[in-house]
Amino acid sequence: MKLKLKLTSIVLGAVMATGPALADLVLPMLSYRTGAYAVNGIPFADGYNDYLTLMNERDGGIGGVKIDIRECETGYNTEKGVECYESLKGTGALIFSPLSTGITYQLIPKATVDGTNIHSMGYGRTSAKNGKVFRNVFNYPANYWDGASIAVKHIMDQEGGDLKGKKITLLYHNSGYGKEPIRTLQELAKKHGFEYKGIAVDHPGQEQKSQWLQIRQQRPDYVLMWGWGVMNQVAIQEAANVRFPMDKFIGIWWSASENDTVPAGAGAHGYKGLALHGSGMGYPMYADMQKYVVDAGKAAGAGDQVGTVLYSRGMYNAFLAVEAIKTAQKLAGVGDVNAAQVRDGMEALNITEETMAAAGLPGFAPPFSVSCENHGGPGLGMVSQWDADAQKWSLITGLIASDMDVIQPLIDADSAAFAAEAGITPGCG
Amino acid sequence: MLYREAGDYSTSYPEDSQTFPIKFDRYRYYAILAVAFLVIPFFVNDYWANAVLVPFLIYSIAAIGLNILTGYCGQVSLGTGGFMAVGAYACYKLMTAFPEISVMVHILLAGGVTAAVVTLFGLPSLRIKGFYLAVSTLAAQFFLVWMFNKVPWFYNYSMTGMIGSPERTVLGIVVTGPATDAWAKYMVCLIFVTFCAVLARNMTRGSVGRKWMAIRDMDIAAEIIGVNPLMAKLSAFAVSGFFIGIAGALFFSVYLGAIEVTEAFGIEKSFLVLFMVIIGGLGSIFGSFAGAAFLVLLPVLLKNLLVGGLGWPTDLAQHLYFIIAGGLIIIFLILEPHGLAQLWRVAKEKLRLWPFPH
Repeated sequence: MKLKLKLTSIVLGAVMATGPALADLVLPMLSYRTGAYAVNGIPFADGYNDYLTLMNERDGGIGGVKIDIRECETGYNTEKGVECYESLKGTGALIFSPLSTGITYQLIPKATVDGTNIHSMGYGRTSAKNGKVFRNVFNYPANYWDGASIAVKHIMDQEGGDLKGKKITLLYHNSGYGKEPIRTLQELAKKHGFEYKGIAVDHPGQEQKSQWLQIRQQRPDYVLMWGWGVMNQVAIQEAANVRFPMDKFIGIWWSASENDTVPAGAGAHGYKGLALHGSGMGYPMYADMQKYVVDAGKAAGAGDQVGTVLYSRGMYNAFLAVEAIKTAQKLAGVGDVNAAQVRDGMEALNITEETMAAAGLPGFAPPFSVSCENHGGPGLGMVSQWDADAQKWSLITGLIASDMDVIQPLIDADSAAFAAEAGITPGCG
Repeated sequence: MLYREAGDYSTSYPEDSQTFPIKFDRYRYYAILAVAFLVIPFFVNDYWANAVLVPFLIYSIAAIGLNILTGYCGQVSLGTGGFMAVGAYACYKLMTAFPEISVMVHILLAGGVTAAVVTLFGLPSLRIKGFYLAVSTLAAQFFLVWMFNKVPWFYNYSMTGMIGSPERTVLGIVVTGPATDAWAKYMVCLIFVTFCAVLARNMTRGSVGRKWMAIRDMDIAAEIIGVNPLMAKLSAFAVSGFFIGIAGALFFSVYLGAIEVTEAFGIEKSFLVLFMVIIGGLGSIFGSFAGAAFLVLLPVLLKNLLVGGLGWPTDLAQHLYFIIAGGLIIIFLILEPHGLAQLWRVAKEKLRLWPFPH
């Protein structure tokens, strides 16, 4: 066995010695193109990769420094995520985007100690919004608690401003991810007087007959869904089977993409989902994307996801990373920034209408800025609805702000608990 | 030439019945221990500890535990994941409830708690056997995971139902939490592995192990020659649970640091450990190590070769891993049904005669 270990170490040593030049901006991509969550992981990874490829091909990188994309397959599995993180953190990786709440929870304490940056965009630990405690963790532009609040606000609009006596059921992935909004919904239920119930779906969520039977028995007025991967498709199909009114079924932004609704066919018509940004190909940036990436044969994956909701999300994530690095370059005055400088760049990030227009994405997402006190951005979201005839998602509301009166105390309490646990003195600078 | 017992005389009974009666074997064993304890800690880095060595050592303990139950006592168990979860949650509750007591004690106690729980789930084994027992342990697996999700007391009412290991020190050295040095993680696991392996090896060589094997080979015959099946089976469940609990506690506190029960201790984990035992060799302590090494190192090795070395797409490499791992498992089971341990035994036989096989 020792011999085997030795042999492995020789092989691994040889493999690891052949890294590319060091003067690159290393952006790791913890993706998953296999497993029960690949259906959602692939478009996101493609979008992330393609935008960075576009930067490299069109602009020669960021500020003249090439981007080195390091993709690592996690399979949505925490053990593999740890392996990826450990193998990438020594390469000068600037921002980790694990796209998994479980892996994010895993990495948060490590990132604080190792000085690496995590950007969990719209997922991960919600209280990371408090940058005074979570110095290296960012979750702008919105988080799960914002999502829960936005969904409830939208329901309130639908019901004419009164939720007394209504029943709202949360169908959630039985994991840290799915359980995130429960506290917020409980608080909101108290505040608005609706009745909250939670129904868990175990990984991977391929079988949901009993959950939908429960929903049929309880007759909730609205069902919210915190699902991911194959669970989304199954839930929408089941909802269609039991003839649950689709416009009263609302998914978080991770349960609202084409890959989730298309399999249910016409039954999915009218299903609603939250949205953080626009989607589709109607942005000038896609002309360049077509020219420099797709036509050049450099698109990631099969290249068939361009313009879908989750592709747009991955691209948006890459866009935010690029802008943070640009800010860091400006602050530091050098092109080849390190992780600590990028952290400062992320904290000073200011996305305006002009920044987005300059990137060829006018009106794609709301403008926002990040500060030490607020690593979570403005918490704005929209509601979109699936049109099964046109096979597309369209936005049906403007921007909805979350209820910070309810969320802020929860964030303060949870981040204070983490600070006490990890021995962090909250503070800026 | 190697492994020759000529000239290797034993002059007393203890010498004759020691674990490694052949001198060369004994020195090899000491050499491995010396390298593991005195050399590797000085060279290990974060990647090697977290991605290779620590998971390998922890899965070795779990595989030893399952091997005692399945390989030595013949009771098939599909509940390993759930039993590891018991160890992890027991460790978490003890760590948070009694922070002043050493975490090493907590890990041992977590093993004890798991032993009690596993014994409880082992009770049906007195009436049912084989596939039926496998199904009842499968029920244990699902029940335990469900319970750790359902009862908030187990995760101290945390908002997400995840548990995280607080920072703890042993002799002033940080061993859990994010600030742990690679070598400290490795050493903690190594100490527990050595302790468990020595304990298991000696148990299986003694009267306890012989009773287990008698039950495995034919329980009615064993009963007739005076083995108490109640005691033998339940002791196997308890000892197995103790090891699996230690593995679960280490998995949570030292290796991952934060755990989500469904994801970390699902049915996949039960199968993974069972495959380790089958590939490594049923009824062999060495086999537990070999199987754990095979299933922990292979994915990491392939990933580094295919993605890091050849620059292949990550999904292709992952799919190829499924094909290669599956293929190797089938090849092993056809060509060597007794696992890697049997290959090792055959190699030893050959080495004894080498270079004059006739």
